Amino acid sequence: MIIGKIEDGIVLDHIQAGRGMELYNILGLEKLDCEVALIQNAPSEKLGRKDILKIDKLIDLNVDAVGFVDPGITVNIIKDGKRAKRSSLELPEEIIDIIRCKNPRCITTIEQELPQVFRLTDRAAKVYRCKYCESKAEHVK
Amino acid sequence: MRHLIDIMDLSTEELDEMIAVAKDIIAYPEKYAHVCAGKKLATLFFEPSTRTRLSFEAAMYELGGNVLGFSEAQSSSAAKGESVADTITTVGCYADIIAMRHPKEGAPVAGVRRSFVPLINAGDGGHNHPTQTLTDLLTISREKERLDHLTIGLCGDLKFGRTVHSLINAMSRYSGNKFVLISPEELRIPEYLKYETLIKKEQEYVETTDLEGSMPELDILYMTRVQRERFFNEEDYLRLKDSYILTPDKLENAKEDLSILHPLPRVNEISVAVDNDPRARYFEQVRNGKYIRMALILKLLEDAGTLNTDTQGGKRA
Repeated sequence: MIIGKIEDGIVLDHIQAGRGMELYNILGLEKLDCEVALIQNAPSEKLGRKDILKIDKLIDLNVDAVGFVDPGITVNIIKDGKRAKRSSLELPEEIIDIIRCKNPRCITTIEQELPQVFRLTDRAAKVYRCKYCESKAEHVK
Repeated sequence: MRHLIDIMDLSTEELDEMIAVAKDIIAYPEKYAHVCAGKKLATLFFEPSTRTRLSFEAAMYELGGNVLGFSEAQSSSAAKGESVADTITTVGCYADIIAMRHPKEGAPVAGVRRSFVPLINAGDGGHNHPTQTLTDLLTISREKERLDHLTIGLCGDLKFGRTVHSLINAMSRYSGNKFVLISPEELRIPEYLKYETLIKKEQEYVETTDLEGSMPELDILYMTRVQRERFFNEEDYLRLKDSYILTPDKLENAKEDLSILHPLPRVNEISVAVDNDPRARYFEQVRNGKYIRMALILKLLEDAGTLNTDTQGGKRA
């Protein structure tokens, strides 16, 4: 399979196999008007299999959202056809409006204009909790 | 602006200081009778809780202050769809301090954003109820004259019982305490509390289903009610509600100086026959609730700088 080269854009590499579409949805990439490629199950020396997202535009990337989905992802910024910057991520301390609280008793269920804020309460166990009701986020694997 | 949303908002030194003030209030009530003259407490109760509301109101009246508020959501602007934050900001224009009870978890965190008067969380769903924990700490401190090196039995609904969770968190700050966690298998304490508090803070604890077998070692027995409103499934509630009923015969092997506590209201988990036992201290616990709320109101108004120093003359010993 051949995906074209990017001139100016972003490549999200080393996404855990099977989580590329989740990241695509969380980042809202369907709203972009540029070319976006999701490659699933690409061979990887490091992971065995991996997903890759290629975005043919230098968008304002929500790095916290990427780090939340998988801090093992590498972010490559491509300029003039060359890699201008490569950064590794870590779990963000706080994420805003990336996931919703699933607790039916949470105040956010009745006050929907409230920002959905989750805070990292245990880095080793990757536990995020709702800022309001402290329910554990079910999302992180 | 200083608020009390979660018991963890208070340092151990602040807890100790408030307990000391509450004891001083009990010893010298006349010193405190007018310290809040001209101040107003608003009690915003979006769900009914007669005991907690009356305790706050009695506390403010005994400090010489006044009270305004509502006792159910239907009589507030929440019925018109107003946000908690707007209600709190509005009420802050009328009152010097607010106590709020809300059925939704996290409502005080959401509501406090723009508040310019101190907010006390008087319970948010099954989440936090810090003034109950303060009440429990004052009671244990008065009963045992210490908060460390105690064996504390917690019995009943340890899964949904927020008072139990807060009490474990608070008592874990003091050294040498042991927790005996007595519950049906289905109502054990949540895993996060076990890992993030008991294990992380290296607290001694045991989990058991056996109330009578645990009795001889207990200094404190904290009974809780299995609460219907915390269950989504009526069948589960009916199956578990009568798991533990404390009767006089179960106290035969208990220590002479055991203190039996309960956040109340009870349904049938403590037989009325136990009320006559001098070890039954739950009604004294209710009285302590008023005193510790008095100490809390004073602390938050002082921290906010809204207590007129002239009115505080002779307040402290």
